[in-house]
Amino acid sequence: MSEGTLYDKVWDRHKVTTLPTGQDQLFVGLHLIHEVTSPQAFGMLRERDLEVAYPELTHATVDHIVPTSDQSRPYDEDAAEEMMSELEENVREAGIDFSDPTSGDQGIVHVIGPEQGLTQPGKTIVCGDSHTSTHGAFGALAFGIGTSQIRDVLATGTLAFEKQKVRKIEVDGELGEGVEAKDVILEIIRRLGTEGGVGYVYEYAGSAIESLGMEGRMSICNMSIEGGARAGYVNPDETTYEWLKETDYFQENPEKFDELKPYWESIRSDSDAEYDDVVTIDADELEPVVTWGTTPGQGIGITEPIPAPEELPEDKQDTARRAQEHMRVEPGETMEGYEIDVTFLGSCTNARLPDLRRAAEIVEGRQVHDDVRALVVPGSQRVQRTAEEEGLKDVFEEAGFEWRNAGCSMCLGMNEDQLEGDEACASSSNRNFVGRQGSKDGRTILMNPQMVAAAAIEGEVTDVRDLKEVTTV
Amino acid sequence: MRSEAERSESSEQASGRTPASRDAEVREIRTDGGDDVEIPEVDYVSGSGVPIRGNDIDTDQIIPARFMKVVTFDGLGEFAFFDLRFDENDDLKDHPFNEERFQDSSVMVVNANFGCGSSREHAPQALMRWGIDALIGESFAEIFAGNCLALGIPTVTADSETIEELQEWVDANPDGELEIDVEAETVTYGGETIDVTVDEAQRKALVEGVWDTTALMKANAGEVRKTAEELPYVEESAIPEAE
Repeated sequence: MSEGTLYDKVWDRHKVTTLPTGQDQLFVGLHLIHEVTSPQAFGMLRERDLEVAYPELTHATVDHIVPTSDQSRPYDEDAAEEMMSELEENVREAGIDFSDPTSGDQGIVHVIGPEQGLTQPGKTIVCGDSHTSTHGAFGALAFGIGTSQIRDVLATGTLAFEKQKVRKIEVDGELGEGVEAKDVILEIIRRLGTEGGVGYVYEYAGSAIESLGMEGRMSICNMSIEGGARAGYVNPDETTYEWLKETDYFQENPEKFDELKPYWESIRSDSDAEYDDVVTIDADELEPVVTWGTTPGQGIGITEPIPAPEELPEDKQDTARRAQEHMRVEPGETMEGYEIDVTFLGSCTNARLPDLRRAAEIVEGRQVHDDVRALVVPGSQRVQRTAEEEGLKDVFEEAGFEWRNAGCSMCLGMNEDQLEGDEACASSSNRNFVGRQGSKDGRTILMNPQMVAAAAIEGEVTDVRDLKEVTTV
Repeated sequence: MRSEAERSESSEQASGRTPASRDAEVREIRTDGGDDVEIPEVDYVSGSGVPIRGNDIDTDQIIPARFMKVVTFDGLGEFAFFDLRFDENDDLKDHPFNEERFQDSSVMVVNANFGCGSSREHAPQALMRWGIDALIGESFAEIFAGNCLALGIPTVTADSETIEELQEWVDANPDGELEIDVEAETVTYGGETIDVTVDEAQRKALVEGVWDTTALMKANAGEVRKTAEELPYVEESAIPEAE
């Protein structure tokens, strides 16, 4: 078993007791809730005549069903309106803070927590959403839970959980041009498999991780779950502290920063910490990664050929065959030139300011391909405002992108933003499952935001490094 | 395009079963207070099987997100595997859930990494409301398995060869009884008993009837407060007063 890691230390600080099941009862420092997975949990509380135990440590937002075009109430779609109303009533009754769209603070739950300083090192953070692993970028222990567990957390402020093993993933070296944090995590999932992380928590370390900003670290931790690991984290450092200083919480309570810093430092993994497994990855070798199939583990470098199913390990062959049939790709070809109908720049993986900035740099002075429907959906209202102030909205709109309001949008197609028929989508999101983006025949190709921008311009999967220079007059 | 309600109607007609009636049978825990919830022990599950083949069957396939625009889990059963069961014209596709011979099955036999993807409890809820009481598979995604446990549904594992044999047997014996002994970690079928694995905490929780953890943990409220008080980031105002 691991020893002296951030995971061990945060676990120990939050452990209340060991339950008769052998599971530990863990205190939850921050419980984030949204409209899709929480209403049933509030219903269960009512059935049992229970109240929310720690409302002050609970924070709500609306993201999954929120329309990204017309947000006036009531929402056009009755079901969306009902879910929103239900959430409003639940948080009002329980006295839970709610970053609703009128607050200017609304957004995808994994974007707003870090923005507001709710996400902090050494906290245990849970949410009824598998991408809660995102918050691990700050050195928090963060993971997704189901609705019955949401009930547990609401009712008791705690969670029954089994301790997992820790795998250190050391990424050393420097990321080349056009290569991003997204490519690092897609590469990790490709190498270790979609179930390689089951039973593990991932600690991301090494010079390539340390040199990433918080947004890049969030993109990596975000997709831990795609590799089977329920949580992933990065040890907090100066980059983390710089971010925290600028957040609402520490702007409003500057004294807390100095007060909490020793705690943050104390939970960093020891230099002689013991891990259950260590994996190393050379960042210099990486190129932009794109998926060719229907699991996030089915990725390849943009210049690499699509593998033949029979070349893969036996247990992966069947899935690969079905995936290639669905995606209509042939082994031996690269993904370059794969025709694209839709591009989606958004999601809790890649819809933060630097993601939009990098994509805008590619887009500036160019035009979206005639056959492409291109969407930009900022991760939060704050990202949206800042991007608009910086002129990014203009860059995207002038190129022919639609500029939307914040939400989960086409990542999972729960609002009106969906693929139609067998459309192919170059997407900065996290899942390429069949049906994920709203159409069961839809085809999703995961990639980094710059690559999404390049695909929008060219109308096909394109190596962003090969885009022709924009000729300025 | 037809509305989801119409679609669901067609799904009922198509499958010839009425998932709503199943819903009524679903184990529900209703009590007047948090302290006297009675949680059934799940040490033994039996029923006929249904093979669901393929690795990496994700939660979007088990229950597509568009069916999650609801504030209760009631009625989700009919949407289980919806896109795998119906084509765009709502015609039936080949899927075990559409086959007459598996309509009464309650034990799913699956392959590797079943339930990967989203944390949506809607996935096991949909399966449970369809009529599934237990799953046997090569491996399960963690959040999915945790969600199953929270519903009292065992997710037991065996190696890929064993699973394949079991799937073949179920195919050949759609009415054949599978008996899962959670405590002994065995599955008995066709006169044969094989060893399977049940995660230690899951086994304890199911066998001792402590898989619904709310009451269990609520009883420790004092210790929870103490843990909270010792955490530097938890403000005093956030900690509730002792009851």
